[in-house]
Order: sequence, then C-alpha cells, then structure tokens
Amino acid sequence: MALLQIDNLTVEFETATGWFRAVDGVSISVEKAEVLAIVGESGSGKSVAMLAVMGLLPWTAKITADRMLFEGRDIQNISPAERRKLIGKDIAMIFQEPVASLNPCFTVGFQIEEVLSIHLGLDAKARRARAIELFSQVGLPNPEERLNHFPHQMSGGQCQRVMIAIAIACNPKLLIADEPTTALDVTIQKQILDLIMALQAKNGMGLIMITHDMGVVAETADRVVVQYKGRKMEEADVLSLFESPKSNYTKALLAALPENATGDRLTTVSAFFDGNPEPAPGVSA
Amino acid sequence: MTDNTMLEVRNIKRDYELPGGLFKPKKIIHAVKGVSFKLERGKTLAIVGESGCGKSTLARMLTFIDEPTGGDLLIDNKKVDTRPGHLTQDMRQKVQIVFQNPYGSLNPRQKIGDVLGEPLAINTDMSAAERRDRASEMLTKVGLGPEHYNRYPHMFSGGQRQRIAIARALMMNPKLLVLDEPVSALDLSVQAQVLNLLADLQDEFNLTYVFISHDLSVVRYIADEVMVMYFGEAVEYGTREEVFSDPKHDYTRTLFKATPKADIESIRARIAKKKAAAAA
Repeated sequence: MALLQIDNLTVEFETATGWFRAVDGVSISVEKAEVLAIVGESGSGKSVAMLAVMGLLPWTAKITADRMLFEGRDIQNISPAERRKLIGKDIAMIFQEPVASLNPCFTVGFQIEEVLSIHLGLDAKARRARAIELFSQVGLPNPEERLNHFPHQMSGGQCQRVMIAIAIACNPKLLIADEPTTALDVTIQKQILDLIMALQAKNGMGLIMITHDMGVVAETADRVVVQYKGRKMEEADVLSLFESPKSNYTKALLAALPENATGDRLTTVSAFFDGNPEPAPGVSA
Repeated sequence: MTDNTMLEVRNIKRDYELPGGLFKPKKIIHAVKGVSFKLERGKTLAIVGESGCGKSTLARMLTFIDEPTGGDLLIDNKKVDTRPGHLTQDMRQKVQIVFQNPYGSLNPRQKIGDVLGEPLAINTDMSAAERRDRASEMLTKVGLGPEHYNRYPHMFSGGQRQRIAIARALMMNPKLLVLDEPVSALDLSVQAQVLNLLADLQDEFNLTYVFISHDLSVVRYIADEVMVMYFGEAVEYGTREEVFSDPKHDYTRTLFKATPKADIESIRARIAKKKAAAAA
C-alpha cells in the first residue's frame, strides 16, 4: 500500500476569464521511505498539487480527484478537525521562504513547543526537552539559548533548520519539502539537503521534494515526476530520467542546463517544441 | 594591450560605519577589503560568493552608487573621481547596472516605454518622438515587440521583466554592464533565454560584463574570468579554466563540492551509496 496515493487530481481557480486549471489530472503516489521529486517551472502546478493534499488552498479553489489516500485513508472528504489532527503530525511541510514562514511575533521555542503540545500533548518540561533535542538534531548551535530567539535574530539557513525541526517534531510519515533551498546559498543548500536526506534515511520518512533545480533532483530523488502547465509530462526513476528522457519537455529542460551547453548558445525550451508538448508515452497526463 | 582594458580596479575598499549608542562604541564593517582586478573590453568577469561576502557592494561601487572608501577605479584607462558631484555625465553613461529582482527594480506605475525613455530624457536633449523610436527599437532588440511599449510591468512575466531591465540599462549605449544576479530569480528555461540574449548583445555591442552570481554552472558557462569572494576579500582570481580545473583556496573547493551535480555518473554513485547503506 502506497503511503500517499493521488489519482487524477485537478485544481481549478476562478478568474475573470473563466476557470483556470492549475493542476490537470495529475496522479502521484509515494511509497514508504521513498524520495519523490516533482520538477517543473513556476506555474507548472507543482506546489498547488501539494497544497491541495495538505488542504491549504483557499476555499475558492475547486479541487476534484478520483482518490486521495494517505495510508489507505481518504483525505479528500475528511472534516477540518480530522485534517488538523493529521496535518503537522503525520504529514508535515517545509516551505520555500524560511524567514516568512515563521511567525515574527513569537520565539522559535514557542513555535516548536506549540506543535508538541497540540499533537503530542507533552507537558512543559517534556516539551522543552524535546525542543532542545530537535534543535540539536537539525544542527543548531546552542539549542537551549536558541529557543528564546526570534526569527529575525537568525539567518535564513538557521530559520530553515528551525522549520525542519518543527516539521519533524512529531516524526511524520510523509514530509513535503516545497523548494526548501531555493532562497539559500549553495553551501547552505548543501548542508540543508544533507540534513533532510539524513533525517529521511534515519526516520524512514516518505519525502516529496518540490523543486525546479535539476541539480537538487539529481542529488536527492529516487523517482521523479516532471510537470508542465499543470500536466504530468513524465514519470521515471532518477537514473533513467537523466539517461534517457522520454518526453520532449524533459529533454528540453536537460538541454537548458548551462553545464550541458554545446557551442556558445544554450538550447532554450521553446526551441525544442512549439505550443503544448506531448507527455511521454505511457504517462497518463 | 593596455588600451584594451575596459575596467581596472586597484585595491578598492568599502567600510560601513555602524553608529554607536550612548554606551556602545561605533563599529566599522569592512564590506570589501581591498579588491583588485583588470578586465578587457568585450570579456566577462564573474564574481562568485555567498550572501554577505561583499559582491553586491563591489557592484554598487563599480556603478558609482556607493563611494569607495579607498582604492582606485579606472574606466577606459581614466581614473574616475567618485566623489559625489564630481562624476561626469559621460562616465555615468558608460556604466549601467541590471539588478537581481526584476519584480522590484521596475516602477509598477510607469509604462515600459517611459521606463526605457527616462534615461534619454534625463541625459540627452532628444525629442519625445526620437526617444519613442529608440525605445521601440530597443524593445525589439531584447526580444520584445513595439506593442509592449504602452504596457505596465505587472503585465509581464519574470523573464520578460528582466529583458526590460536589460533594455533600460542598454538605452545609454554603455560600454560596461554590471549584472547583479540577473538570472537567479528566473526559471531554468527562462534563464537559458536571458543568458542567450546577454551573449547576443555582447557580440553585437562589444559589451564588457561584470556578472555577479552564486550559481557556478551559470558562471562556468558565461565567464571568461572568475573571481571568488569570501568575507570581503578576493580569495581566488583567474581565467575560467584555471579556477575550475585547479581551485587553490579552500573556500573555492567547498563551493565546488556544494554545487549539485546533475551528471549521470554522480547519480549512479549516489544510488550505489544509498543501496550499500540500506544493505548494511
């Protein structure tokens, strides 16, 4: 049984010119302890699909799916109260902007203890001990002192570590990382990716890595889903995706990497195809 | 040889003073601690480093936005008097800058035509009709069309906005273009288009680029010379081949190691390692 299974997910938003389809019939499944990367450029619907899973989209969005199952349990039609029990505990998410996703009015200690008290019902002493343990697990120096710091007193990399600590506080079964390193420097990116991958291996979490960086995909993923304009273009394991991409869009993306440049100009995606690219054979878009 | 030097920087420094309080002594931050380099006409120098290493401060000094606290700046073999009020208009026209965030660097209430016409209105006595012609011409050059003349910035995508920012920088026919992370806010496919545009423009106008970036794969593609900065100092400086094949400083090596590799051999190695760890 897959950890997370989504069949034929469609998300639409109403605009002045009619319904806009942000996600168009995408099916995704993640196994236990598997790392799935979802790649695509901005506007490809990769974040929106995951926000729909988390139930974080505004009520104006129209979400339809044949099935949305987490550990065989339906998460499409559950009550908000049920969802709150699940989200943050069994499914956790890390967002792109670490500094913006923490509340600037509270200390980071308060924010991590909030999760521990709501989901695990720990008392004050146990919460504090667990928070210190988590902070040292994510490699924050002086964890006890750090608890009393506000987000603005830390760098972007440190804030992202706090976000990761909050996300893994309840040992989630599935972690969704939405561009966790895009706002960070390369050296910090390496540290954060290493940290996420070490935690994933240690806790046996399922991990969905949303990114637009092919380098990050190559360094982390077991399996890759390529999305373009809300549709799934290709799904393959990481090695065959890089070795023998099937869809034209994936080929174009790989050719646009500066390290794959031949001659003195880069191949652009639009040079590869005009209009809507076809999904790879065998992929139900 | 010497007359081909576009830009020379000798031991340039910039200190920022943090004002002290009643009981707090004032503090001096050395943002750039004496950097020197020489750049030939039509070449590209890439400056690499993490945030806070002083690379943007250096860009601000090269474009006369910030005044250096020490050292010399020579453009076209002429020493530039960077004191406020001493800059000649001629000098200002030679150097232009493109900023990182195309969403923040364009005035949301200004039409694109006016964005491009403004430098001409300020610096030259061209007529409005002439400015309009020049702006439309430039729009075509950067891959947009004259029909975009009357639109506002919010009607454009990130890549198109960066094209507009590049077009604005080129309106004064500069010799030297400072590009402060011009593609880091853009998607991979759009990044490729903007990098190609920059290469085309360099060929056409014989432009000299100072290209600031933290993405080594982009640097490797675009640069002739590379300088790595770390805590305000240039720790590595050489041609692209020298720096990439034989990095001398520890920090450069760390940087290379940290850059994600997207080639098939490294993916194979990673998967093999993971399998071994799972079996153990």
